[in-house]
Amino acid sequence: MASVATTLTRHRLALGILAFLVAVPFLPVLGTSYMMHILILMLMWSVIGMAWNLLGGYCGQVSFGHAAFFGLGAYTGGILYHHLGVSAWWGIPAGVVVVGLGALVIGYICLRLRGPYFALGTLAMGEVLRVTAENLEWLTEGTRGIMLEQRTWVAKEPYYFVILLVAAAAYVVMEILVNSKWGYYFVAIREDQDAAESLGIDTTRYKTIALVVSAVLTGVAGAFYTCYMGYIDPEIVFALHDVSIITIMVVMVGGVATRWGPLVGAAIMIVLSELVRTLPYVGTAHQTLFGVLLIVIIIFLPNGVVGDFHKIARLLLRRPAAAESGGA
Amino acid sequence: MIQLEVFLQTLVSGLLLGGLYALIGLGMTLIMGVMKIINLAHGELMMVSMYIAFWLFHLLGVDPYVSLVVTVPVLFVLGVAIQRFLISPVLKVDSILPENQVILTVGIGMVLQNLATMLFTSDYRSTPVDYASDAWYLSDWWRSSPIELSFSVPWVVSFAFAVAITVALWWFLQKTDTGKAIRATAQDRDAALLMGVNVERMTLITFGLGAALVGAAGSLFIPMYYLYPALGGRFTLIAFVITILGGLGSTQGAIIGGIILGIFESMTATYVGMGWAPVGRFLVFVACLIFLPGGVAGLLRRR
Amino acid sequence: MALLEVERLTKQFGGLTAVNDVSFRVERGEIVGLIGPNGAGKTTVFNMINGFLRPTAGRIRFKDRRIDGLKPHKVCRMGLARTFQVVKPLRRMTVLDNVLASSFLRFPARAEAERNAREVLAFTRLDHVAHVVSGGLPLGLRKRLEIARALATGPELILLDEACAGLNPAELDESIEIIRRIRESGVTVLIIEHHMKVIMSISDRIVVLNYGEKIAEGTPKEVANDPAVIRAYLGGEAAHA
Repeated sequence: MASVATTLTRHRLALGILAFLVAVPFLPVLGTSYMMHILILMLMWSVIGMAWNLLGGYCGQVSFGHAAFFGLGAYTGGILYHHLGVSAWWGIPAGVVVVGLGALVIGYICLRLRGPYFALGTLAMGEVLRVTAENLEWLTEGTRGIMLEQRTWVAKEPYYFVILLVAAAAYVVMEILVNSKWGYYFVAIREDQDAAESLGIDTTRYKTIALVVSAVLTGVAGAFYTCYMGYIDPEIVFALHDVSIITIMVVMVGGVATRWGPLVGAAIMIVLSELVRTLPYVGTAHQTLFGVLLIVIIIFLPNGVVGDFHKIARLLLRRPAAAESGGA
Repeated sequence: MIQLEVFLQTLVSGLLLGGLYALIGLGMTLIMGVMKIINLAHGELMMVSMYIAFWLFHLLGVDPYVSLVVTVPVLFVLGVAIQRFLISPVLKVDSILPENQVILTVGIGMVLQNLATMLFTSDYRSTPVDYASDAWYLSDWWRSSPIELSFSVPWVVSFAFAVAITVALWWFLQKTDTGKAIRATAQDRDAALLMGVNVERMTLITFGLGAALVGAAGSLFIPMYYLYPALGGRFTLIAFVITILGGLGSTQGAIIGGIILGIFESMTATYVGMGWAPVGRFLVFVACLIFLPGGVAGLLRRR
Repeated sequence: MALLEVERLTKQFGGLTAVNDVSFRVERGEIVGLIGPNGAGKTTVFNMINGFLRPTAGRIRFKDRRIDGLKPHKVCRMGLARTFQVVKPLRRMTVLDNVLASSFLRFPARAEAERNAREVLAFTRLDHVAHVVSGGLPLGLRKRLEIARALATGPELILLDEACAGLNPAELDESIEIIRRIRESGVTVLIIEHHMKVIMSISDRIVVLNYGEKIAEGTPKEVANDPAVIRAYLGGEAAHA
């Protein structure tokens, strides 16, 4: 009983946030359909961010092709629906298998590559899958995409609770992994793969584990996307800029290798997206803004909002002091 | 006979394309060799150059080949500026992930591409020069040739320019002091530093040079290709495949790699189908990363 | 049966022969020094023993089993640990966590791994900085941490690659003492070192390499008086220490 209590106190922040998120649909100002949509997107991107963070932030393998896993998950659901007539929700359990296998193949090809070459290799994988999906029309309907005739629910709330559950599960998985022996091994591999190997760590095996877990989580998010949005096509779900790069941005803006980085990053990115979309003249400029944001983060806040929080705090606290000394 | 003709024509097209590709690859391999930086904005730099050439053509009637005098220096300056103000600072920052500079160049590429979309819209643009559809024919010289081959004028002229620029680059790297300093820095940065090479300056010049090369490629491509903001991504990938195929940091490798890729793409387009060409590129890329990590240059060295 | 047997080891890189026909043995309980001018091939020999490089020719036997060509993590599992010249600890983690990561090899359970880690820290006199983030440590302590990480894997033979480079005299004495204690605890040591003082004072035997070949082998005294060794160093190293 005591250990349960200590675990709960240690994670009180997480539990508090979870409680708040569970309550949101019932709150007056926040419980609107629009807000639900925003939160659903935020939670979905948090899941993808956490997944990428495991492989990239903790294990040091920077993937530029997470769209491959997202798309595989999305299409698993889509194809099951379109060709077998079953509910696209089956894409989630089936996606675990499909994406897991896909990750093993992609891992076999790419994990032998180090550093930036791994990044390029995964980028290539994502694009190969995109072009393949575009061309294998008998399976994927090519660029026409797959549309769900009927969505499971009309209201947003049920979808919200599903993705909230997935996000909470992802958080728990991350916590367990990062604090376990595996977590130490991942970081050891990130810091110096050769030293880790010399210390008895089977780096190939553990990199593969990180990749498969990361891929499967992302694939689940993809399968969810199909069910929620009701329409997928290769340009959307296998997108380099709109999926793979956004994933990287979510984690980099929030904070690599931190517990809350992905959630913070997802929140910031979604809010920015919406702001940019709604402002009159700025509309088409969202990529420019994101590009600039990325550049700024890399140069000034390389460890993200959470990781470099002390830098932000110092910046904010300096101004009032300067104003005071200016007056004196 | 038709088979042979088709094959040779494809080969010729591939060769001409390859020559231009080599120019793009050379820019990237220089940057990678000297600075160990992966520039994922390489294609976007070419896109900028193509827009410059396009507007010079439409506003001032400047022929794309003449625009080389503008695009090359402008891109050089742009490259130096990017290196000095954006990339240099990042290399000094301490962060968990060493891949920051790759991600930085992605950001730069995004900004360039989107600015172009906002300023020029994503409409397809082209420079319809008079000689665009002119061609020379094999039968012009060899009256009784059994097969007919056509050599498109802009392609041949662009190829000739590309060859000339490549030769000039070779001369620069081999014969001038600056060129030798660049090669020294690429081989061993610390040793070059100890021997009095101003490594920071060489880095600036190299990035500028890499950008200038791809800028030249832009001017040479625009007579034949449609221009739109998103084509940067395609050319960045092409640059990568060539660099990896040819062997990192090897200028000879980049040239050979460019030609091989050009011919491979031409063959794929003729015999397999247009839609699969990008996949072909990627597969070559991945296959190289795995089976031929040293590239063609590695193969040549082993002999 | 010697603990480690290196038999006619050769490594060629393209046209360059880095290591040529080197043979030596390390008996259990010894401290053997591997010395030679820069570029003599010492680290290449380590890389082959450790599993990072595959020998072009020759054999390596550890505990009477062939290990040449085995992957480094398998070699470590067999009981052969190695430190690196350029130390790169897990810099954002504490000293304890660094050693903990290595302890998991023999002690998969967290509690036991932690116990082992603390023992190793006490052994290498790092317990006073157990909770310091390793990135902030001075070089001397980082080098010791490198040794601690290797020791935590419970090796029978430890390869030390220039564990004493860049240390001040006080740190050097501590390091020498730790290496002696490593041997006393039953772990055999093979050490690459440029510091003559260190090598001469702790080694039972010394193997000398030059241009990839073994030019001498013997006790410190024998090696110090060997004309081939003196020629190779041209008296430079003696002044260096």
